[in-house]
Amino acid sequence: MHFAVLQFPASNCDQDAVHAIRLLGHSADFVWHKETSLGHADAVIVPGGFSYGDYLRTGAIARFSPVMQAVQKFAADGGLVLGICNGFQILCEAGMLPGALVRNRSLQFRCEHVFLKAATPNSPFTCRIPAGKLLKIPVAHGEGAFFADEPTLAKIQANNQVLWHYCTAAGEVTEKASPNGSVLSIAGICNERRNVAGLMPHPERACEKILGSDDGRLIFESMIDTLQGRTVAKAA
Amino acid sequence: MKAKIIITPKKAVLDPQGKTVQNALAQMGYTGIAAVHVGKFLEIELAPGTDREAARRALDEASHKFLSNPIIEDYKLEME
Repeated sequence: MHFAVLQFPASNCDQDAVHAIRLLGHSADFVWHKETSLGHADAVIVPGGFSYGDYLRTGAIARFSPVMQAVQKFAADGGLVLGICNGFQILCEAGMLPGALVRNRSLQFRCEHVFLKAATPNSPFTCRIPAGKLLKIPVAHGEGAFFADEPTLAKIQANNQVLWHYCTAAGEVTEKASPNGSVLSIAGICNERRNVAGLMPHPERACEKILGSDDGRLIFESMIDTLQGRTVAKAA
Repeated sequence: MKAKIIITPKKAVLDPQGKTVQNALAQMGYTGIAAVHVGKFLEIELAPGTDREAARRALDEASHKFLSNPIIEDYKLEME
């Protein structure tokens, strides 16, 4: 499978994302934000960083980059898009995911390993995560508190769009386990169609044991399995 | 001609910056402050000869779709 990893000015997790995908035996290439085509991508990763210096609001300027039109079209055609950290912020700003990410409740930039619990296996981003498995994955952000108004939140929950919650090492989803003050300790969500997802933690930084955890692989492997399933379906 | 845009966090959104500033003011002895909301202020200089009403409409649109995020922020546009 081939992944397109977007690069905006001041993206800084793009290299790690490409490395992680190649490590899993698949191909990945950078796509500069001025491009208007994603090439032959099977999936898109909008990586972390500080696009446009986080000026105005996180992700607010990047969402108007030319490549985002191609990403919108790719998603409208059913393509898989994963936004990580700043990528999550960009997808929310672009209206491709509901809600917004605001300043951490603590006002601190939090850089540490956290635990995540998948809220559902029913998505192309969580289907390979074994039931009950906790993912140890690092966060590194100052503005990662997920916010949505009550009606939006109710809709997100009703449609099972919450994909990951922050939890304790024992697997309890609590407010205290969240590094940022997200509503309902939400770490990541998907759109209604379930082909676009975003999360604040960095799975691409947790794909090798030497980095302290390889739990992040499960998220990329979920995407790869989904894509391979589609290819088989197409061939049959 | 100038336009001023004041962007403030919506009341339902957690504003830890405002809360922290409020606490600092209280510690410094400034009393009677019920809440502080930290937002943004944009001053936009318009080119000479710009039509005021057209500029107001354009900036209102830009404020809605780009300069503020209506999910988390309110804005007020003033033409000088």
